[in-house]
Amino acid sequence: MSRHLKETIIRGIFALFAFASVLILALIVMFLFREGLPIFKEVSVADFLFGQEWYPTYDPPAYGIWPLIFGSVIVTVFSCLIAVPLGVLSAVYVSEIAPASIKDITKSIIELLAGIPSVVLGFFGMVVVAPFLQDTFDLPTGLNIVNASVILAIMAIPTISSISEDALYAVPSEFKEASYALGATKYETITNVIMPAALSGISTAVILGMARAIGETMVVLMVAGGAAAVPESIFDSVRPMPASIAAEMGEAPFGSGHYHALFAIGIVLFFLTLFFNLIADYISQKFKEVGSATL
Amino acid sequence: MEGNSIIELRNVNFFYGKTRALTDITMDFSKNRVTALIGPSGCGKSTLLRLLNRMNDLIDGTRVEGEIIFEGINIYKPDVDPVDVRRKIGMVFQKPNPFPKSIFSNIAYAPRLAGITKRSDLEFLVEESLKQAVLWDEVRDILGKSAMTLSGGQQQRLCIARALAMKPDVILMDEPTSALDPISTAKIEELIDELRRNYTIIIVTHNMQQAARVSSKTGFFYLGKLIEYNATEKIFTNPDVKQTEDYITGRFG
Repeated sequence: MSRHLKETIIRGIFALFAFASVLILALIVMFLFREGLPIFKEVSVADFLFGQEWYPTYDPPAYGIWPLIFGSVIVTVFSCLIAVPLGVLSAVYVSEIAPASIKDITKSIIELLAGIPSVVLGFFGMVVVAPFLQDTFDLPTGLNIVNASVILAIMAIPTISSISEDALYAVPSEFKEASYALGATKYETITNVIMPAALSGISTAVILGMARAIGETMVVLMVAGGAAAVPESIFDSVRPMPASIAAEMGEAPFGSGHYHALFAIGIVLFFLTLFFNLIADYISQKFKEVGSATL
Repeated sequence: MEGNSIIELRNVNFFYGKTRALTDITMDFSKNRVTALIGPSGCGKSTLLRLLNRMNDLIDGTRVEGEIIFEGINIYKPDVDPVDVRRKIGMVFQKPNPFPKSIFSNIAYAPRLAGITKRSDLEFLVEESLKQAVLWDEVRDILGKSAMTLSGGQQQRLCIARALAMKPDVILMDEPTSALDPISTAKIEELIDELRRNYTIIIVTHNMQQAARVSSKTGFFYLGKLIEYNATEKIFTNPDVKQTEDYITGRFG
């Protein structure tokens, strides 16, 4: 076999594998749309997205997913309020402040956190966090927005922390030296030079962390409480989109309106995560050229 | 010794872990003079420079013995804050390293750290520093633009202006022109000539012609030892030590 032919075959094999995943993704998206779009024969897009009532099994059924979207957004926002400071500050500590020995330990523990299965975290939320919330605040149920946000935050922290840490690590040491040589303290150097220089990477980390939280299913299914209504307090139960799909798909008759509506929720989720990824990509591209000093 | 000295080193030894990088250095730096430190790579001249503003503190596992007396105080005494030392002894690095911020913010960095917040004061300082660094005419209309858009030579003069803005007494330069073209190098050398009236400058250089052009005294280092420290003219025409002569005439190094 000639060398040239060998090269051609190898190239073909690699291309095949590369295109296989693209093809599979395309097929999934196609399937998602084929099963989801028929719901819009029964209900308009606006009524579907902004309708206040989600009663898919009533007669006549109501397919308004606004309470589900709201549930997803509210737990994501609250989990970010917890996870962003913790994730970013732990990254700053690990990359800039911690001595080498503590750094290694902290880093691997944060990475270990990423490896905990979400069902374990959900279980923790159910048997530890929920009773605690219920007793402390005297609530009818501990399965609510606060609980889901806390557990989602624990899931998002490793993502935010490790990507932020990479961004901080990539800040050229010349910037740090320049800052110290101008009489800056360590804290001043971190806030005035290192953080701004790593801002695009940190933003990317935050957005990917949010994308992780909004798409997470098992945790919200277990601890968000499952009430498909727009909440009035942070101690109310909600039913985020992924939880709805997971909980209801088993009961929805194949080909029914309910079935198509759940796929349409999938489409909404798909666009939301796509949107988050595009923002992350845009931010990380935007500041790329402003790197180290060029000669 | 002409002039009064501003920095005095007394029996300074320096270690990276167990490796001794500098051996028993004793030397004085004269006020308002340019002093050049020359020697082959790895001879310890940059290490010595970084000792003078305690930049070596940033490296783990380093150790200093002996005294470095700056304005009458040993800067390695335990109660001396390295931040205070660095505010009086500025530094310019080998590779131009402006911050990815505007030209204005680069120059205003140290004054802002020192607590100056009034816009008019900052504007005055920025203009003054850029004029001192002979960069004002080139950047006066683009102060809001990123410093990264400047050429390498302009960036290096910006870094000098940035150091001047904190009103130091001493400026340390670590091979400030080794990454620049000959025209930019000439500009920096002219600038050093201007600055020596008001500042004490200590420059590490690989370029022996540069040392001869800009400095009044030159120290020759080899293997972590100060081999010869003399008036520049003497070093380059009639050195006392054979090793210095061999290095300067290009027989080794």
